[in-house]
Amino acid sequence: MRWVLAAGVVVLLALPAVLSAYALTLFILIFFYGFLGQSWNIVGGYAGQLSAGHAAFVGVGGYTAAMLSTQLGLTPWIGMLAGGALAALLGAIIGYLGFRFGLRGFYFVLLTVAFAEICRIAVSNIDALGGPLGLYITFTGNPRQFQFQDGRAYYYVALALMLVATAAAWAIERRRFGVYLAAIREDETAAEALGVNAFKYKMLAMIVSSFLTGLGGTFYAFYLFSLQPNTLFGIPLSVEIIIRPIVGGAGTLAGPIVGSFILTPLAEISRLYLGQGGLHGAHLIAYGALLIGVVLFLPEGAYPRLRRALARRADGA
Amino acid sequence: MDLTLVVQGVLSGVLFGGVYSLMAVGLTLIFGVMRVVNFAHGDMMVWGMYLAYILATRAGIDPYVSFVICAAALFALGLGVQRGLVDRIIDAPHEMQILLMLGVALVLENVALVLFGPEPTRVRSPLAAATIWLGPIFVDVARLVTFLVAVALTLALWMFLFRTDLGRTIRAAADNTYGALVIGTDVRRVYAIAFGIGAACVGAAGALVSPIVPFQPPTGLSLSVASFNIVIIGGMGSLLGAFVGGLLVSLAESLGAVFLAPSLKELFSFSLLVVILLFRPAGLFGRRSA
Amino acid sequence: MSLLAARGLAKRFGGLQAVAGLDLTVAPREMVGLIGPNGAGKTTVFHLLSGFLRPDAGEIALAGRSIVGLPPHAICRLGLARTFQVVRPFPRMTVLENVRVGALARYPRATEALDRARAVVARVGLGPRERLAAAALTLPERKRLELARALATGPTLLLLDEVMAGLNPTEIEAIIELIRRIHESGVSILLIEHNMRAVMALSHRIVVLSFGERIAEGAPADIANHPKVVEAYLGDEYVRAAPA
Repeated sequence: MRWVLAAGVVVLLALPAVLSAYALTLFILIFFYGFLGQSWNIVGGYAGQLSAGHAAFVGVGGYTAAMLSTQLGLTPWIGMLAGGALAALLGAIIGYLGFRFGLRGFYFVLLTVAFAEICRIAVSNIDALGGPLGLYITFTGNPRQFQFQDGRAYYYVALALMLVATAAAWAIERRRFGVYLAAIREDETAAEALGVNAFKYKMLAMIVSSFLTGLGGTFYAFYLFSLQPNTLFGIPLSVEIIIRPIVGGAGTLAGPIVGSFILTPLAEISRLYLGQGGLHGAHLIAYGALLIGVVLFLPEGAYPRLRRALARRADGA
Repeated sequence: MDLTLVVQGVLSGVLFGGVYSLMAVGLTLIFGVMRVVNFAHGDMMVWGMYLAYILATRAGIDPYVSFVICAAALFALGLGVQRGLVDRIIDAPHEMQILLMLGVALVLENVALVLFGPEPTRVRSPLAAATIWLGPIFVDVARLVTFLVAVALTLALWMFLFRTDLGRTIRAAADNTYGALVIGTDVRRVYAIAFGIGAACVGAAGALVSPIVPFQPPTGLSLSVASFNIVIIGGMGSLLGAFVGGLLVSLAESLGAVFLAPSLKELFSFSLLVVILLFRPAGLFGRRSA
Repeated sequence: MSLLAARGLAKRFGGLQAVAGLDLTVAPREMVGLIGPNGAGKTTVFHLLSGFLRPDAGEIALAGRSIVGLPPHAICRLGLARTFQVVRPFPRMTVLENVRVGALARYPRATEALDRARAVVARVGLGPRERLAAAALTLPERKRLELARALATGPTLLLLDEVMAGLNPTEIEAIIELIRRIHESGVSILLIEHNMRAVMALSHRIVVLSFGERIAEGAPADIANHPKVVEAYLGDEYVRAAPA
């Protein structure tokens, strides 16, 4: 397995040499959404706390870095960390309220959605943050401002982000932190009886997850050059974040990545063929249908199913 | 501060409360019987609205008449969703159920978006223009009729649940599924009917509201949030709580609109939801927790 | 000094006084049985001792240290572990992984915890099944798993809640043996049981609860024919037939 992984990373590192500009963009998106999905996976998959408002962290991170850059001239490389920190603070608040007040299951989902929407509406109404039209970043192509002339630089940054998030998830998975999160996900009460401080570990997962997601906001801002509250804090982005790990396999390391490799090309194709003429909701219909399909037929996700099928093949052979 | 505005707000709130109650009763019925949270509740209501719109513009049927058709259509939808989807995962962990209904909500909202476009619509009804004046206060005839019909429907549902055999069976299954199974109840059929009725409630509510309020596919989320607000305040699974809660939340929102800028109205609703979530324990009349 | 000393425990739920002024002690190396008719409040006592419920009144001391108000995970780390009446395995984890969660309380390094877990799994006789998902286990196996998990936390006091419920006589004999061996290894035990034969055979001392109050306490032989106990249960046959 290790060799496959290493080979995969090498291939990905070498790929930009042979990719067309469009394929490059596709891979950037695959990595970026894979990164966001993996960050979510830490609290949503491993800890089992379904957050449907993770876009709020992207928004907080992105707006923070963007404002620090445009108003104070602070390089987004540092602004990114500030954005992540603020996102982590928001995550800590949501986590504290949710977990201290015993909100589980759908109550917690509602809490996360409510916070994301509150952020969205608040930012829309603050003129200093650009109001409903949002912020625009002038393109300078200056690497010190987290901007690159060459698409390939964005490719490597996005890939690095995805690998960082995956490394974080891997580090958590193999230690006590990860085992405890899994126990909490399976049965929080039984876990408490075995010495697991559920509140502490859920909070940690939430903070790590929201910090990482916040970093993604900076990438978003300086790759797309515009931030709108409806896009950056809205439910469609939250759906984009959670659908890849869920389809790929929540609570597994490869799930978000596999999910992104499956879904991102599909989304792009549908956007290409159906996006014209105002059918912009079409790919969300596909997402909805996929969610239904996964829940009914593939509840653990594509990757675990795939792994078992391959294992069976190996045994049979 | 203009007292007239406040009184107007109160009146408006009470009248709209009839619709909120109907919406909430539908949601709480589904939860009470099946422990399923219908995340697609608001989106189903929007479909009720669009259906009323089609019937009004294509067939010339006034929404105050067509609400019956909308209720029936949504009943079928609810039945279908339950039988085809929810039934299969009734024993699965709760996250699965949440994700399933989120998926349904996504599909419903975006099919509406594709079919009807993102622009707000409203249904024209001759009643919508009429107003009755009581001194300085005016009453929208449309709102009044909406209120009366909504209350009538809620009472009819009450009668059904408390006076008919099928209704009693549904309540029995809600109270104690295992016990209902033991005495030979076809629980799956009860579930399907309950979901159907829950959806029919918002089908009717949607039609009744379509001449008063402009709507668009994303309205579904705000309506779902309002429904959750009401049902959590009133107590999940409590019909009386849903009814009273509907009036209370509508009143709160209406007064909020009087004192706050319109763009902040949604902010108020979501903030209310957060407060309710944190301090809810069992709601006003709640019998059990989720 | 007692290992566990509870004094004046009380808990009320609305109109129901579930536990009323209960005194309960467990000495080191003791095995104490807690019996009483259904609804007597036994599981509520376990919830109070293990931190899942907060007592309205009373004190609880574990090895001299007050544990009232501490959360369940803290009490577990202080050495009090419990099982649940209706077993709660982590369904998607394997037997080994299940027990490892418990072992991590004592051995924070994941690999070390796994080794310790393996030892405990073997001890309870689930060795051959260690790689199976918990959801695939039979009921007696799940009971053993529940026991193993609690044991892996390295407790000085183990609370067992109706471990024999739902088991057939052969399985019960096996579990009695297992509990005896666990006790011999130095773990004090407080067990709730309806199976009179098992309680009589295992316990040094028995406490009888009825309607939240202690109505009798003593050696098995004394409890067997105690008039108040007989009265509470209204069932002579079990009590008279138990071996002394």
